Amino acid sequence: MESPTNMLLLLIIPINFFILGSSRLGACIRTTALQGSILALISFLMHPVSGHTLFLSGSALALKGVLMPNLLFRAIRQVQIRREIEPLIGYVPTLILGTLAMAGAFIFSDYLPLIEAHRGSLIIPVGLSTLVTGFLMLTTRRKALTQVLGYLIFENGVFIFGILLADAMPLMVEAGILLDLLVAIFVMGIIINQINREFSSMDVEDLSSLRE
Amino acid sequence: MTLIITHLFWHLFLLFGLSPLLIGVIGKTKALFGGRQGLPFLQPYFDLLKLFQKGMVLSRTTTWLFRAGPIVGFTAPVIASLFVPFGNIGAPLGFDGDLIFVIYLFGLSRFCTATAALDTGSSFEGMGAVREVTFACMVEPTLLFVLIVLVRLTGSFSLGGLFGSALLPGWHTAAPSLILIMVCMFFVVLVENCRIPFDDPNTHLELTMIHEVMVLDHSGPDLGMILYGSAMKLLVLGAMMVGIILPISLKNQFLDALVFGLGMLLLAVLIGVIESVMARLHMLRIPQLLIGTSLLSFFALILLLR
Amino acid sequence: MITLLVLVPVLFALGAYLMPSDRLRPRLLSVAGFVHLVLVLWILAHPVPITVGAWIGLDPLGRLVVLVVSLLFFCCSIYGLGYLRARLHWGNRIFITCMLLFLAAMSLAVMARHLGLLWVAVESTTLASAPLIYYNRNRLSIEATWKYLLLCSVGIALAMLGILFVAYSILPAAPISLQLDDLLAGAASYSRPWLRTGFAFLLVGFGTKVGLAPLHSWKPDAYGEAPGMVGALLAGGLTNIAFLALLRVMQIMAAAGEIEVARQSFLIMGGISLFFAAVFVIKQPDIKRLLAYSSVEHMGIMVIGVGIGGIAIFGAMLHLVNNALVKGVLFLAGSNINRCFVSKRREEVAGAIAVVPASAALFIAGFLAVTGSPPFGVFISEFTILRGVFSTGHFALGGYFLVMLAVIFIGMGSTVLAVTLGPPSARANKGKYRDTLLSVGPPLFMLLLVLVLGLYLPEPVRTLLTEAAGVVGVIR
Repeated sequence: MESPTNMLLLLIIPINFFILGSSRLGACIRTTALQGSILALISFLMHPVSGHTLFLSGSALALKGVLMPNLLFRAIRQVQIRREIEPLIGYVPTLILGTLAMAGAFIFSDYLPLIEAHRGSLIIPVGLSTLVTGFLMLTTRRKALTQVLGYLIFENGVFIFGILLADAMPLMVEAGILLDLLVAIFVMGIIINQINREFSSMDVEDLSSLRE
Repeated sequence: MTLIITHLFWHLFLLFGLSPLLIGVIGKTKALFGGRQGLPFLQPYFDLLKLFQKGMVLSRTTTWLFRAGPIVGFTAPVIASLFVPFGNIGAPLGFDGDLIFVIYLFGLSRFCTATAALDTGSSFEGMGAVREVTFACMVEPTLLFVLIVLVRLTGSFSLGGLFGSALLPGWHTAAPSLILIMVCMFFVVLVENCRIPFDDPNTHLELTMIHEVMVLDHSGPDLGMILYGSAMKLLVLGAMMVGIILPISLKNQFLDALVFGLGMLLLAVLIGVIESVMARLHMLRIPQLLIGTSLLSFFALILLLR
Repeated sequence: MITLLVLVPVLFALGAYLMPSDRLRPRLLSVAGFVHLVLVLWILAHPVPITVGAWIGLDPLGRLVVLVVSLLFFCCSIYGLGYLRARLHWGNRIFITCMLLFLAAMSLAVMARHLGLLWVAVESTTLASAPLIYYNRNRLSIEATWKYLLLCSVGIALAMLGILFVAYSILPAAPISLQLDDLLAGAASYSRPWLRTGFAFLLVGFGTKVGLAPLHSWKPDAYGEAPGMVGALLAGGLTNIAFLALLRVMQIMAAAGEIEVARQSFLIMGGISLFFAAVFVIKQPDIKRLLAYSSVEHMGIMVIGVGIGGIAIFGAMLHLVNNALVKGVLFLAGSNINRCFVSKRREEVAGAIAVVPASAALFIAGFLAVTGSPPFGVFISEFTILRGVFSTGHFALGGYFLVMLAVIFIGMGSTVLAVTLGPPSARANKGKYRDTLLSVGPPLFMLLLVLVLGLYLPEPVRTLLTEAAGVVGVIR
């Protein structure tokens, strides 16, 4: 049987697929929050318990699972948009691209050898496919909010790789990382608000007047 | 030799005896969810008996294709069932690569049903045939990936060696993959048997029918054969799904058959529950969901290749 | 002592936020800029050697960059006195607070000797500068701010990934330290696949902030829509900070023995940047977007200089100084022209020399400087880099370099001369703007500095540049 961390990591992949294929903003936000919470749990399970890991997992859970979704829900409540329209390349091609990237991540993960303690872990393929999922959402979606969600998923992918190093990195840096994430999302939320106020929509397509 | 005879006996008994009961269980579950008493469990048997004794009305625009559809729809599941093991009761027949044969048998029956529907010349049937065939196309990759995963785990190319106790080592090493393909196989069962959330078997609105509309013009024994055929198809495909989750053989034919029967009835209850709590998906979302299922089964395969 | 460089702007930012008067706040900005510059000059006069293993410290490279940034900030803050007075009705609390926080973040990034701290500082600069771009509060500004925020945040996330990969390459020799000296000491034994992949991510991540093509797409929008003084700081300050981050990465790769990989990647990205700049500079109608592409070009030149090595690194360091000052001149003079004509497009602006002669003259002079004409300093730095290119045998690259420079000269020249020379267009002085000492003085001062650097390199400056080049070029 696989270890519990591997099982949890495997859960991340169907979550990625769901977010890539869903058009309901509320469901997407909640699923992203779920993904963040699972990652917080994984970071807790993967390392021997100490004050440091408890703080890291706890703050990750609070930020990714509770605070971010709250901010984002507040943003869409003001904007009153609940559905995403068809992305630039369509849902099905996006899903297929995501699957191809996932397959590629699994097949090529051997290029980055893991140290003894981590061998057999699925962190690299899952991390890489989460990065690609986030990147796909950022580049193909039309609503500003889903672009922010894509950025969150991208950061989740980076966090997955960070889990590998949780007991080896100094505390201050991780706190700084999480704090920066929070502030970035906060600022993005403000900008979304301004976009909506100016354009009465969240369509990023409207943001296309600046060109050559 | 005797083993094959006993397998054959059990297969035919379960196939002809259990399949209408599945339909009855599904109906009863839905009725209970709706707060009704519902039809008795054995009602489908009586319905089939009644239909076989009735006369038939044939349209003048139809040809022999119209008669051939129900016949193929009846015999194809029977032949297919001879290759599929029911739980831990082995398949009477088998050869290397018979999984392709079985898939194509179902394809053949679907083809004949669709042509029978088109043969009537009615636009409604044509519409239903188009949708049915499209959805079947989209679910084929899922079924194939499921079978590829099973082949890879057990090493056998014949359906007889892909299910039941042969999967016990597979459960130890690749449980996540097996769980995923179980879910995908369930989706296949739902799609191929035209169940909610892909098709509503109880709808009376022609514009929302998919499978129902194809059989709109059949009557009497033909309709009986279609109904019996679809029940048998549910049994055979459901047997493929149940076979994944019965990794321990009880070494006794009676008990194995009993366990299998219970598994099938549970599956029927599950289908009934899903039919009661969900509505059919918007027509445009069904292809997306099916492609998502294919990708999920692909993912299960990738996990194995790692 | 050097922590004051960060603390002072933060304190002033707090003061600016709490101060109720919009009229007096710009003065606070100038005072802060002045204090910061004095601190920097004092630190340069009394250099403290870096403590090995400390998280902050100013090595020669850091000293060079912080001097340039502080000087540029001071000039912009003087310019801001006049600029913000003309815009009193818009309010400037957020603007000035964010400017000071921006300065603090840049100072922190310069003195960071720990990769994680460097990352946090660079991310803070992104966050602090986003509201600055949004100052004009119209549709185009929102669009520019959104693209800037999104692209730079993705870049920074990639840089984080790169740092994590580099950290993982250190294992299993625990404990991991991201402190620069520890990294440089142990780099030879790091796992190669992880280190190389980490380098790729760091290059893409920090390269986005630097504005190397093809990651530069936020630059034209952000520089085009931001106010002139913000554009000058972005082009002259922020890009240098990100460039510094790239140089730190190169130090690590050099210590690990992977210098060839790093050099090749730098050369390729520099070449691509020159190409993109050349293509988009031709027939560019907007003068500020033109400056953005010029920034892409010069970042490409600096990166090529570092990629060649040897004397070209000295040229790149000199170019860092010259480019920052010249961009300051161009952005501030361009801002003046914009304020006069209330437009930045060449269809609507013409004959600036008749209406705002000082600013237009500065703009033309800045154009000549930025495209590498003698006697300005940019000519010397580009010449040094080219010497390095040819002396190491990269003849094709050298030829390509010269061709691209020529194309950019012609392209930029057409727009600049169309805007400044000729009869004044109908929009002349629509913005009721007059050249004053405050709006012309800072760019003139910076232009004179560039001129001086072109004619004669003072000894202390030469020493500083040589030491900075030595930090990058030394393989430990």
